[in-house]
Amino acid sequence: MVPLEGAQDLLGPLAPHYWSEVIAGIILMLVIFLIMWKVVVPAFEKMYEERSNRIEGGMQRAAAAEAKAEAALAEYNDQLNAAREEAARIREDAKNQSATILAEARDKASKESQRILESGRAQLEAERSQLVQDLRGEVGGMATTLAGKIVGESLSDDERAMRTIDRFLAELETAGSQR
Amino acid sequence: MTLGLLPLETGDYTPPGTKDFLWYSLMPGDLPDWVNKPLVQAIIGALLVIILWVIASRKLKVQPSKGQFFAEYMYEFVRNGIARDILHADFRKYLPYLLGLFSFLLVNNWFGQFFLFMYPAFSNVGFAYGLAILSWLVYVGAGFAKWGFGGFLKKALIPDGVPAYLLPLVIPLEFLATFITRPITLALRLFANLFAGHLVVMVFAIGGGWLLSQQDNLFYNISGGVSILFSIIIMLLELFIGALQAYIFTVLTAQYVSTSIAEAH
Repeated sequence: MVPLEGAQDLLGPLAPHYWSEVIAGIILMLVIFLIMWKVVVPAFEKMYEERSNRIEGGMQRAAAAEAKAEAALAEYNDQLNAAREEAARIREDAKNQSATILAEARDKASKESQRILESGRAQLEAERSQLVQDLRGEVGGMATTLAGKIVGESLSDDERAMRTIDRFLAELETAGSQR
Repeated sequence: MTLGLLPLETGDYTPPGTKDFLWYSLMPGDLPDWVNKPLVQAIIGALLVIILWVIASRKLKVQPSKGQFFAEYMYEFVRNGIARDILHADFRKYLPYLLGLFSFLLVNNWFGQFFLFMYPAFSNVGFAYGLAILSWLVYVGAGFAKWGFGGFLKKALIPDGVPAYLLPLVIPLEFLATFITRPITLALRLFANLFAGHLVVMVFAIGGGWLLSQQDNLFYNISGGVSILFSIIIMLLELFIGALQAYIFTVLTAQYVSTSIAEAH
């Protein structure tokens, strides 16, 4: 390839000195383009994709973690509320139960005391009637003996004596009750 | 010694010019003339782009290291800042071309400011034409692929809402704009910026060097030193312009693709 003398005269520096320059420019640029197309740009784009994926994945993970934390919080709150309710219920139950226990105990105690009182009274009554019975016989005997001693005669007729004693005792009783 | 108004016009000084952009064989006699410095630079630039990106694209991790962070910054600059912003949903398909284009242009433009090279390959217009032809093929091909041959021509040449009597005027203009001037302006914008920038640097550096080397003239020497300092400042500006032109070329290519495949004007 020779210098393009004719074109140089016409165009000055606007004419290529050698056509090889044009061809070399095209070929070199094509080679660069091929390398860029096949090697450089795919490598960079792949890296960008990975990066955006990683960032997106990270964001998704963060969102998932947040949701999980929120769910856990809600669960804990629920459990706490349930526990509070249960505690309140247990307290209420205990209060009710204690009231019933108290009432029952009071009832039982009063019944017991009633029963003791009752039995004591019955016993007293029995003892008293026993005593009265005993006394009546004794007093009757003693009175008869006394009367016999006073009268000097044996009141052998038991039936009459008994009547007299009874009458006497009745008089005594009425006198006692009047007093 | 006379103190002329235009000192550089006197004597043995030859100012830099377009001839400084004409290169001959690296090994005259053994290799043809077209195996020259710009070609070797372009090949080294392309290899550099490929090697750097292949290294960068290895062992990419989801959590980036420092090096990967920088590579990602560059990648996202083209991916998000150019391709996705302009092409929206379709950007993936065109991203490899745009990324390669931007890297290739940037590396070669910055060669103009780096030791060993000190020459931007794209100040030889041929390389710029080559890339412009490729970009043209990409955006025209994208249009034909999406709308079919007739469909794309109709879409490209007949804007919506143009009255029928204007069509004879509009169609040739649209044809010129879409199929002819776009690639030419792409190539010339890139080439002219780098060509002019390199020429300005050369003027200050070579002229300053010549002035510095003049004996018995303090004024020449001082102004020569100043101009060499200034050439360094211009080089810093050229670093910026090199990046800017790489960006513009890439953005415009993406823009042309976008207008080719856009649903409606």
